[in-house]
Amino acid sequence: MECTISTMGCNASAHYSKHKYNETAIKATVLIQRWYRCKRAQLEVRRRYSLTIFQSIEYADEQEQTQLSNFFTFMLEHCVHRGEVARTSTGSDVSPGTDSYVIKYEKIDVPDSYRGPRLSFPLDISHAKTLLNALKDRQLLHARYVLQLLCETRRVLKEKPNITHVSVSYFKEITICGDLHGNLDDLLLVFHKNGLPSENNPYVFNGDFVDRGKNSMEILIILFVFLLIYPNDFHLNRGNHEDYILNMKYGFAKEVLKKYKDHGKTILHHLQDIFSWLPLATIVNNKVLIVHGGISDTTDLDSLNLLERNKLKTLMKTRKLETDKKNQEEHSELTEKERKQVLDILWSDPNKQHGCTPNQRRGGGCYFGPDTTDQLLKRYNLKMLIRSHEFKPDGYDLTHNGKVITIFSASNYYEAGSNRGAYIRMNPDLVPHFIQYQVCACTDKKKNWERVKTIEQSALQNLQERIFVHKRKLMDTFAKCDCKNTGRISISDWAAVMESVLQLKLPWRMLRSRLVKTDPDGKVDYMSCFCYMDTARPMHQVQPTLVETLCKYRRDLQMIFNVLDEDRSGLISPNEFRKMWKIFSSYLGIHSHDEAVDKLAQSIDFNKDGNIDFSEFLEAFHVVHQLENKAA
Amino acid sequence: MAEEGSNEDGVVAEIEKKITEAFKVFDHEGNETVDVREIGSIVRSLGCFPTEAELHELLAKVEEEEPTGYVHLEKFLPVMTKVLLDRSYRPIPEDVLLHAFEFYPFYLKALDENKSGYITKEELVKHMTEEGEPFTEEEMEEMLSSALDPETNAVHYRNYISLMVVDETDDLPQ
Repeated sequence: MECTISTMGCNASAHYSKHKYNETAIKATVLIQRWYRCKRAQLEVRRRYSLTIFQSIEYADEQEQTQLSNFFTFMLEHCVHRGEVARTSTGSDVSPGTDSYVIKYEKIDVPDSYRGPRLSFPLDISHAKTLLNALKDRQLLHARYVLQLLCETRRVLKEKPNITHVSVSYFKEITICGDLHGNLDDLLLVFHKNGLPSENNPYVFNGDFVDRGKNSMEILIILFVFLLIYPNDFHLNRGNHEDYILNMKYGFAKEVLKKYKDHGKTILHHLQDIFSWLPLATIVNNKVLIVHGGISDTTDLDSLNLLERNKLKTLMKTRKLETDKKNQEEHSELTEKERKQVLDILWSDPNKQHGCTPNQRRGGGCYFGPDTTDQLLKRYNLKMLIRSHEFKPDGYDLTHNGKVITIFSASNYYEAGSNRGAYIRMNPDLVPHFIQYQVCACTDKKKNWERVKTIEQSALQNLQERIFVHKRKLMDTFAKCDCKNTGRISISDWAAVMESVLQLKLPWRMLRSRLVKTDPDGKVDYMSCFCYMDTARPMHQVQPTLVETLCKYRRDLQMIFNVLDEDRSGLISPNEFRKMWKIFSSYLGIHSHDEAVDKLAQSIDFNKDGNIDFSEFLEAFHVVHQLENKAA
Repeated sequence: MAEEGSNEDGVVAEIEKKITEAFKVFDHEGNETVDVREIGSIVRSLGCFPTEAELHELLAKVEEEEPTGYVHLEKFLPVMTKVLLDRSYRPIPEDVLLHAFEFYPFYLKALDENKSGYITKEELVKHMTEEGEPFTEEEMEEMLSSALDPETNAVHYRNYISLMVVDETDDLPQ
C-alpha cells in the first residue's frame, strides 16, 4: 500500500484514469485517518497516566502526613509557650494573662488608605456582591473584617446540629458542590452558572474548601458571608482538610501567614476552632446523605448527631502533653469510638470490593464496599450517598450501582487542563443533575497536544522529585538485582524495583523511556534516572541520607519554621536549629551525628550574625531538573 | 532474579506485563475491566496503528458473547499478546505519511506539478469526513485545531507531521 502511493505520487501523467485516482485517494485518506487516530489515542494515554501519577503521589503524601502529625502538634504547642514569652516581653496588642489569641477586632485599626472592601454587620446581599467583586479583583479583605467575620461565623455555627436536615421542593432546588481546594475561580464560575445563593437557591458545600489552591482564604470569606446572610439555606460540611494540622502542610496556613503578616496567626487560631464547629453531615428530604468522605460499617448517625463535634480540633492522632496545664479543658476529648465515627465520614473512600477495610492509601478512615452502602442506606431508609474527597477527571462519578456519588468541584486541580469540575442540582425527584465546567484562561490558546505535554511534564517532574528523595534505597535495591555490577538490569526488574521502593502503582513500562535510558539490547541503565535531578545547590559533601530527608520534608520543615518564627525575621539560631533537628529526626527515627547537622548548616552560606536564614537553607533542598539548573 | 531476553517465555511474560499495564491505566474501577470504547486507545498506546476496520475485528474477539460494554483483561490479554508477537498493525513511516498528504494537492491540481506543501482546509475536511473511515465532527475539529494555520487557512503538512512525530524528543536524551 505504501509503495503504491509513493509511485503514484510521482506519476504526473495527464492520462491518469479517474478510477485509479479515487482508489489511491481513498488509500491515502485511510492512511492519514489511521495515523491521526493513533496519535490522538497516544496523547489521551499520556494525559491519563499523568493524572494517575498526580493522584498516586498525592495519596502517598497524605499517608506520610499521618506520621508527622505528632511532630507538628508538639512544635505548635512548643511555639505557643515561646510565643507567650516573646509577646509579654515585647509588649504587643495582647493583654497578658489571657489566651494570647483572644484579640478584640475592634482594636484593629483600618487605615483610610485601605481601598479594599469594608464589611458592616449584619451583612446583606449587597455586601456580598460588593465583596465578590472585590475578591474577584484579588483585593484583600482587611484582617479586622476577617476577624469580625470569624467571630460572627462561630456564633452561627455553634447553633447548628451535627447533622443538618434540609428539604427540597419544586420551587427550591438544591445545589451541592464538592472539593474546592482554594480554587476561587471555580467558586465564582459556579455562582455565575448557577446563580448566587438565596432563600430560593440553597447550596451545600461538602468540605475541603482550603489547601492546595491559592485562594483558600477568599473562599472561606465568601462561604462564611453567605452562611451569615442565609443561615437556613446555606450549608457547610466539614471536610478532612478543615483541620489545622493538614493546613500546615498543604498550603492554607502558609497562604494566611503570607497574606496577613500581622494577624495571620490569630486568624489561624480562630479558624482552628471554627473548623471544629462545622457540621458533619447534611441530609436532604430524609433520603440523601451528604458527607465529605464516606461511611463505614460502624457508622451510626444517631451517635454522630449526639457527639460534641467541636472537641475534635484535628482528626490526626496527637500526643497528649502531661505538662501542658493551660490546655486542660481541651483535654476533655471525645471517646475513641466517637473519634472514629467522625474520622470515617471525613476520610473514607468507596471501593468495588465488598466489606469494609482500613483505608491504607489515606492512613485513616475505611474503604467501604457496596454491601456497606446498602446496609447503611437500608438502616436509615436513605436513597443515596453523596460525597466528595476524591479527584475525578470529569468532576463527578457514580459507583455502587449509582447509590454513591462523588462530586468534585475543583477544575484544573493538578494542572491547567487536567480535569473538569462539577456540581449537582437536585429537585424533589432526588435525581441528581450534573453540571460540569472547566476554568480556562481566555488568553490561553493552547492546543490540545500542548496542554497534554504541559500536564505530562508537570507530572513527571513530581515523579522525578520523588525518585530523587528515594535515591539511596533505590540504588541499594537495584544493586541486589545487578549481582555482576554491570549497571544494567532487565526492564522487568527495573519496573518491579521502582514500584516496590516508591510504593506507587504506576505504568512503569510506559514511563520508562521518560525516566531512564535503555540500551538497544533492552537492558535498563538504572543509574541514568538520577542524572536529571539534583538539589538546587550541590550537596556532595553532606551525608546523602540527610540530604534526601531534607528534600523529602522540605515543605513540612518550612511550615513548622513559619509557625515558630515569631518575629518573622526568617532567621533561626544555630542552637534552635540543632534542637529542632533533634526533635524532628527522633520522630522520624533518623540517626545522624551532630557534626553532620552542623556541617550541613555551615555548608549553606550564611553571614547574618551567626544566624541561619532558614528559608534560604531549605531552598537549597529544592529538587530541580538539571536542565533548569543549567539555565539558571 | 532470572535473566531475561533471549528466553522465549521471558519475552512473552514481558509483553503480557506491558499489556496489563496499559490496560490498567484505563481500568478506573480496579476490577480488571475497561469500557469497550477505550480498547482503541489501549491498542494504540502499545505502538500499534490499526485502521478502524482492523480494530472492529479485534474487538469482536475480545468482547463478551452478550455485549456488556466492558472488556475483561483475561480475554484481552491473549489476543493482544498475539498482535504484538505477530507485529500486526505496524506504525507508518514518516515519509509514507508525507506522500499521502502530498497526494491531495497533486490530485486536485493535476496540471500543477508544484508540490506546494500545503492542502487547504476545505480539501482536507472533505476527504477526512466523507471518505475512507470518516472522521467524526469532534475528530475533524481536533485535527484542525492543531494542524490548521489560521492565517492561510491551510495545513502545511510538513510542519504538522514533524510536530506530531515529536514524541521521541520527549524521552530522555539517549
